[in-house]
Amino acid sequence: MSQQKTELAVAALQHGTVIDHIPSAAVFQVVKILGLEHTDHAVTIGANLASAKLGSKGIVKVADMFFDEAALNRIALIAPSAVVNIIRNYEVVEKRPVALPDAIVGIVKCNNPKCITNNEPMLTKFDVVSRQPVIIRCHYCNHAVSGANAKIL
Amino acid sequence: MNTHSLVSIADISKEEILDLLERAKYFEQHPNSKILDGKVVATLFFEPSTRTRLSFETAVNRLGGRIIGFSDPGTSSSVKGETLKDTIKMVSNYADLIVMRHFLEGAARYATEVTDVPIINAGDGANQHPSQTMLDLYSIYKTQGRLTDLTITLVGDLKYGRTVHSMLMAMKYFKPRFNFVASHELAMPQEYKEFCRAEGIQFTETSDFSPEVINSSDIIYMTRVQRERFSDPLEYERVKDLYALHNAMLANSRDNLRILHPLPRVNEIDVDVDDNPKAYYFEQARNGLFARQAIITRALGINPFEL
Repeated sequence: MSQQKTELAVAALQHGTVIDHIPSAAVFQVVKILGLEHTDHAVTIGANLASAKLGSKGIVKVADMFFDEAALNRIALIAPSAVVNIIRNYEVVEKRPVALPDAIVGIVKCNNPKCITNNEPMLTKFDVVSRQPVIIRCHYCNHAVSGANAKIL
Repeated sequence: MNTHSLVSIADISKEEILDLLERAKYFEQHPNSKILDGKVVATLFFEPSTRTRLSFETAVNRLGGRIIGFSDPGTSSSVKGETLKDTIKMVSNYADLIVMRHFLEGAARYATEVTDVPIINAGDGANQHPSQTMLDLYSIYKTQGRLTDLTITLVGDLKYGRTVHSMLMAMKYFKPRFNFVASHELAMPQEYKEFCRAEGIQFTETSDFSPEVINSSDIIYMTRVQRERFSDPLEYERVKDLYALHNAMLANSRDNLRILHPLPRVNEIDVDVDDNPKAYYFEQARNGLFARQAIITRALGINPFEL
């Protein structure tokens, strides 16, 4: 039932981007990372939908917006299982998993209160030191954190 | 591009480490070479550290350079709320090299991103202190005649001690064998043991500072066990005596054994060790001068061997 609804919802988009297979807990962080809180485009957010792959999943649909690859890959940190669908004229013209970049700039807050990034007006930067599980390390103070525990700015 | 900076020992290659050791050896023989004539070095100590600052400033003075800077952040404009970036940009207009100590971790790395003037990290919080590591390496090299195939015993606070962590990073090129001797509370963190496994570095781990460990060591590197690391004061009292070195414990040690300590010590090395020829911690501090002269000339792109 809910599976069918999800597919219907995806198909209903004429042009735009659908990000599927997001862990339910990460849906609103994905919204935040993509800056969708401030967009004028139609955004549909689904959470706690049934998923054969994840048990429970989230989905984000954005009408008439196409993101560059770097922007989409930033969500790999908190949603490594996410799949991006590009929709044009009701057709999925491109479907690909997100890919974690080597460095993550300006979206994660360092957990170390004595880190320079928490005390100076500057962008944070993390280097990806492990991909499975995801572990990132602050480029400045060297404190490591898992992707799931990363605090999004 | 800021390529001659030294922020972390992990940033430099084996060849660069060996080059720095050769430079240090040269400066030990020629401590007063006037090769920094006309150069201005800024020492910016956002956190006071008299020992490190005097060592760096002596290194510059003996090489004929001039020094500007501050030793107390209360006298700098950072108390007026100036950002680190602005302070570094301002000083970059005046100096050929910046030596900086900061209480915030990552401060030196960030400084290298806002200026083309080379930066030497003289300590950034609990993070990195590469000139200490270089003087430790030089002390090992000088006393053993080599860096390869040595048995190095690290004792005391292996959990929080940044000097022992940097030592592991730097020694990875030289096939060392490590003994980690610490109480359970202050044991070597998992990530550094993983590092050793990944780099093929042999190590043993024990809480017993035993004769077997002492008598098989080429280097014993003692560190201070700090009271504030313990939630239970009784546990501190027990542990601090377990990891203290006394002269009698060295009776059957190797002839080439040397005892190192980054100083200041409290009670982890008894004063009765001081007169043993194997005690090396005071000379070790003196080696800091030559190691820093080596780092300074590298940062300025000056080759002492060509002069």
